[in-house]
Amino acid sequence: MAAVLALTAVGLSLVFGVMRVVNVAHGEFFMLGAVAAWFVTSWMPGPPWLGFVATLLLAPLAVAAVAALADRLVLKRLNYDPEATIVATIGLLYILQQAALSLYGPDARPVPAPFELRLQLPWFGYSGYKLFVVAAAGLVLLAVWLIMTRSRIGLVMRATQIDRPTAQAFGIDVDRVYAGVFAMGAGLAAIAAVLIVPIQQAHYLMGGDPLLLSFIVVIIGGLGSLRGTLVAALLIGLSDGVISVFYAPTLAKILATLFVALVLVFRPQGLFGAKA
Amino acid sequence: MKALALHLALIGALLAVQVVLPPYHYTNVARVMVLAVYAMGYNIAFGYTGLLSLGHALFFAAGMYATGLAVHSAPALLALPLGMLAGAAMALAVGLLALRTAGVAFMIVTLMFAQAGYLTILYYGPVTGGDEGFVLAREARMLAGLDLSADGPRYLTALAIFGVALLANLALVRSGFGRVMVAMRENEERSRMLGYDPFRTKLIALTLSGLYSGTAGAAYALMFGYVGASFAAIQYSILPLLWVLLGGAGTVLGPFFGALLMFYLIDLSSSVTDASNLVVGVALLVLVLFAPKGILGTIRERGARWLP
Repeated sequence: MAAVLALTAVGLSLVFGVMRVVNVAHGEFFMLGAVAAWFVTSWMPGPPWLGFVATLLLAPLAVAAVAALADRLVLKRLNYDPEATIVATIGLLYILQQAALSLYGPDARPVPAPFELRLQLPWFGYSGYKLFVVAAAGLVLLAVWLIMTRSRIGLVMRATQIDRPTAQAFGIDVDRVYAGVFAMGAGLAAIAAVLIVPIQQAHYLMGGDPLLLSFIVVIIGGLGSLRGTLVAALLIGLSDGVISVFYAPTLAKILATLFVALVLVFRPQGLFGAKA
Repeated sequence: MKALALHLALIGALLAVQVVLPPYHYTNVARVMVLAVYAMGYNIAFGYTGLLSLGHALFFAAGMYATGLAVHSAPALLALPLGMLAGAAMALAVGLLALRTAGVAFMIVTLMFAQAGYLTILYYGPVTGGDEGFVLAREARMLAGLDLSADGPRYLTALAIFGVALLANLALVRSGFGRVMVAMRENEERSRMLGYDPFRTKLIALTLSGLYSGTAGAAYALMFGYVGASFAAIQYSILPLLWVLLGGAGTVLGPFFGALLMFYLIDLSSSVTDASNLVVGVALLVLVLFAPKGILGTIRERGARWLP
């Protein structure tokens, strides 16, 4: 699911790019989005598509609110010191995971897809929902790209990314930008989770894999470069399936992690990144 | 002098306290001492040299598996140093690559190497027992005539290893090399200008750290008779970080008190709630927010300047 991976990874990349914060709890925001999706759809009356639309709006907002709160309460007080924030987000990871386990339970629960549609092509059938996921993810990514490059908010974000003190001197409220970026990154992960949850089930430990994969994507694409992240997400999302056809999945994971470590050591700017 | 007396006093106290400890805590304190050796190793890299690694479980597991697999066919007296060396060699190999990066990249690279190590253990399931691990037979756990599956010898062995590690740690940080390590943490560029080689210093520090971690892993395997993949998982890279932060990064006694406190905090909280991860998470957050220097770091700041 390269499209969903791209969404999650762009969220992580955005947070790192603007804030220089490695958010280890990113996978947990993904998980929170899926869990929130389950809560909303199971409480929402009416046809599945109505619940799904509500989820798509509510879950990212809820997760973004949690993230903004975490930013205000924890990260801001640490002055966004890179090492301290990593430790803090590890703490956050444990707290969120445990909270999900206690409140939601250890079971994996399914969320109904908003519609059942199979596209019957002559040689194979294809789930219409999966195509919808790809289209929706593409739309969201396009929106993110437009916000970052064309709007005032994006301009402010990029200014903060390039030179924080100067941005501050020009009257930009850097604290609000950071809270917004952190919330937006988490919200993107939540959207990705809501989209994927009718295919996978919601589970309190589901944050691990997307976290690892997004890390891989963000590093290979070049830390903080959105375009590199996108290319890498497509590449890895597609190749992940191909590799695990030929090798055992564990071996594929071993090779992938070693590869990422070596990329960081020898090409810290990423395979597609520009000069460091 | 004062510092040496304090550390000897702690070892003496641990020797004396075994008379009064009930059996349950007797085993626990032995466990804490071994884990404290691990934490001390972490502290050499993180607390003194400023290398925040998220992959120390790899070194711990290297020691543990090297020893655990070797005792099948060799005496424990030979397997123990083998485990220690495995930890150091693993740290040296990782360091040669990972130390080309710094800061955030270093954390991610060590994390990735440790993750690869963990997956490798799972992959070679027939040899390593995979997820379930394996149990060491009682006969295999005889260290030079001491039966490590019995409470008394186990406690004394743990104390001996802990004592040697503690005094060696004290000697290390008071030596010239120890000061160069701190210099690397404080200002790498300036130490380079003064003619010290940052890469070499960090590599030696990381290897020593791996030696400590491997020792702890090897001792843990022999003393508690179990070797499992969970000791290589990310959790065991985070825990020493937590212990060191709690006790005080860059203090010799901090890792021990951090491990002791955290062990009993989780132990006590598990009778109230099963949310032990919550305790770990909250402890991490509270520490980075309100007490980044830890217990002994704060004491040192408030007057006891001589505390090493």
